[in-house]
Amino acid sequence: MADNGEPVLRLIGVNKSFGPVHVLHDVDFAVHRGEVMALVGDNGAGKSTLIKSIAGIHPIDSGRIEFEGRPVQISGPRDAAALGIEVVYQDLALADNLDIVQNMFLGRERRRGIVLDEDSMEEAARETLARLSVRTVKSVRQQVASLSGGQRQTVAIAKAALWESKVVILDEPTAALGVAQTRQVLDLVRRLADTGHAVVLISHNMNDVFEVADRITALYLGRVAAEVRRADVTHAQVVELITAGRSGDLGLAPATAAENI
Amino acid sequence: MSTEMSKGAAAATLADSDFAVDRRTHDVRSAALDYWSRVRSGDLGALPAILGLAGLVVLFTALRPETFLSERNIANLFVQALPVTILAMGLVFVLLLGEIDLSAGVASGVCAAVMAKLIVEADQPWYVAVLAAVAVGIVIGTAIGWLVAVIRIPSFVVTLALFLGLQGITLRLIGEGGTVPVRDEVIVALANKNMPVWLGWVLAVLCAVGYAAIQLGRWQQQRARRLAGRPLQLVAAQCVVVALALLFVTYLLSLDRAPSPLITLAGIPWGVPLVGVLLIVCTFVLTRTAYGRHIYAVGGNAEAARRAGINVTRIRMSVFMICSGLAAVSGIVAASRLNSVTPDAGAGNTLLLGVGAAVIGGTSLFGGRGKARDAVLGGLVVAVIANGLGLLGAKAYANYLITGSVLLLAASIDALARRRRAATGR
Repeated sequence: MADNGEPVLRLIGVNKSFGPVHVLHDVDFAVHRGEVMALVGDNGAGKSTLIKSIAGIHPIDSGRIEFEGRPVQISGPRDAAALGIEVVYQDLALADNLDIVQNMFLGRERRRGIVLDEDSMEEAARETLARLSVRTVKSVRQQVASLSGGQRQTVAIAKAALWESKVVILDEPTAALGVAQTRQVLDLVRRLADTGHAVVLISHNMNDVFEVADRITALYLGRVAAEVRRADVTHAQVVELITAGRSGDLGLAPATAAENI
Repeated sequence: MSTEMSKGAAAATLADSDFAVDRRTHDVRSAALDYWSRVRSGDLGALPAILGLAGLVVLFTALRPETFLSERNIANLFVQALPVTILAMGLVFVLLLGEIDLSAGVASGVCAAVMAKLIVEADQPWYVAVLAAVAVGIVIGTAIGWLVAVIRIPSFVVTLALFLGLQGITLRLIGEGGTVPVRDEVIVALANKNMPVWLGWVLAVLCAVGYAAIQLGRWQQQRARRLAGRPLQLVAAQCVVVALALLFVTYLLSLDRAPSPLITLAGIPWGVPLVGVLLIVCTFVLTRTAYGRHIYAVGGNAEAARRAGINVTRIRMSVFMICSGLAAVSGIVAASRLNSVTPDAGAGNTLLLGVGAAVIGGTSLFGGRGKARDAVLGGLVVAVIANGLGLLGAKAYANYLITGSVLLLAASIDALARRRRAATGR
């Protein structure tokens, strides 16, 4: 599944400043259903600010955000969640002393009357894990403390997929993982897109990006250097886009790229 | 699964730990192995408390064979355990967040003083006095909770300040050297009167049957929906153990323990079913409601709870309110036992024993781990120690030393188990 017309989420001409620091310059960004969009850029390029703008943590100063073609205002995390935007942060937001089901439903528990509906939550959690072909945890009633880093990341991602989420944003999901675990998580990222989510993957790791992404948006000092199809570029070109803002015909005009330095 | 698992040797080993395996039927052996591996990795549960209780009973029986296991002493022991158990149950809520309430003991004193004054000086009926005492407890808890959760002063400092301040209030209410006698029949009955023997048996049987019905119903439900469950034999064994414990305690407390053959003194003290009700309510709140789940979540990872949309401030405030509210109940039972309230009610080592009971029972001082039942198990251990030392005629200094050491020992077990969990990834 690749580009199929209307993007789920589209940012047009977004600007964001923190005091005198202009972090995002006229950023255009779009992600489609069924696609993994990699968001790459050097430290300070504005990746975190961009996703925090989408997540409603830092509302934008100017520009437009469209969700499924409609203009929307995202002025807080609740707005983002209500639209179906889920963010999986780098430092995992899981409670060690709760089990997988309890973590996946944390804060949104199902209940009958005042009593928790454990059975229906367990069934839904299993269903989601099965849909994402997660088969690496022994039991859904296992405490999260007993899971490996990759399994925790898996639970965090599955938690985002459990809700009727349309856009899942993953912040460096493989940063702390070993080779085999990275493999599992990348497989999961792919399946997330294949099950109809729009996935935004933030990563420093070019291997990961080339392995799983359909398209790549490179940020350079707060500007979008280029938005390219993965198939059209090489590792070296993307690295150049990240470090210099341009690569051959791609990227910012030389004057724009230079003015920022 | 073989289609997705075509990624070589690594995938083949993963297939073994496929999450679908927890649908296979567990047998007793695998459940026992699971339990043993949990214990080895530092998830001790109630094990230290049960072993400690058994060890202490053997020890004191050996040292004082004629008095320790006498019918009277056993009944006395349960009554002794009542206030500390109720106090510990409130503290479990606070400890679950990794916080501490050092003022719970003296708060129970203030509440008891309010109750006693209302009955004696304002001539109020017992229920008004009890409600007022609990309300005072909740007000104290609200103040602590506000200072801790909203102002963000460490709970240690807030409750240390209140530990001093509240003693002043009790002293002011009762007056130096004064004592307020508690003579209200209902209040006195809590720790001094027993329910009819037949009623004790009826309640015990009802509780045993109710417990078994809930456990077996849950097992059947999980099986019907093919969810993760425990083997039937284990569930049944657990029901039998609980039933036997209930019936055994009822039997012990139904023996005639009158000092003279002319009268009969038998039956379960009224305070025991009170603790039973509190245990059931607290267990229900902690394990079956979203509120209880959120307490565990905040105790395990407050940031995760906040991101999940849980109002962490409200949870923090509420546990202090519950703790001080239960402290009030504990103070009332203590006043009933002593038939009076003195200016030092709830001071001294009351709080230490409460925290000790919760920790001995298995509640972690680091937050996120603990159950309401821990307070009951730990309360019994603490009562056995106090009772046994009393029978041995231990000097006051030895009492302090031994009680302090027991608390330290329990905290050490907690800390070591936590390190073990971290090392084994639990």
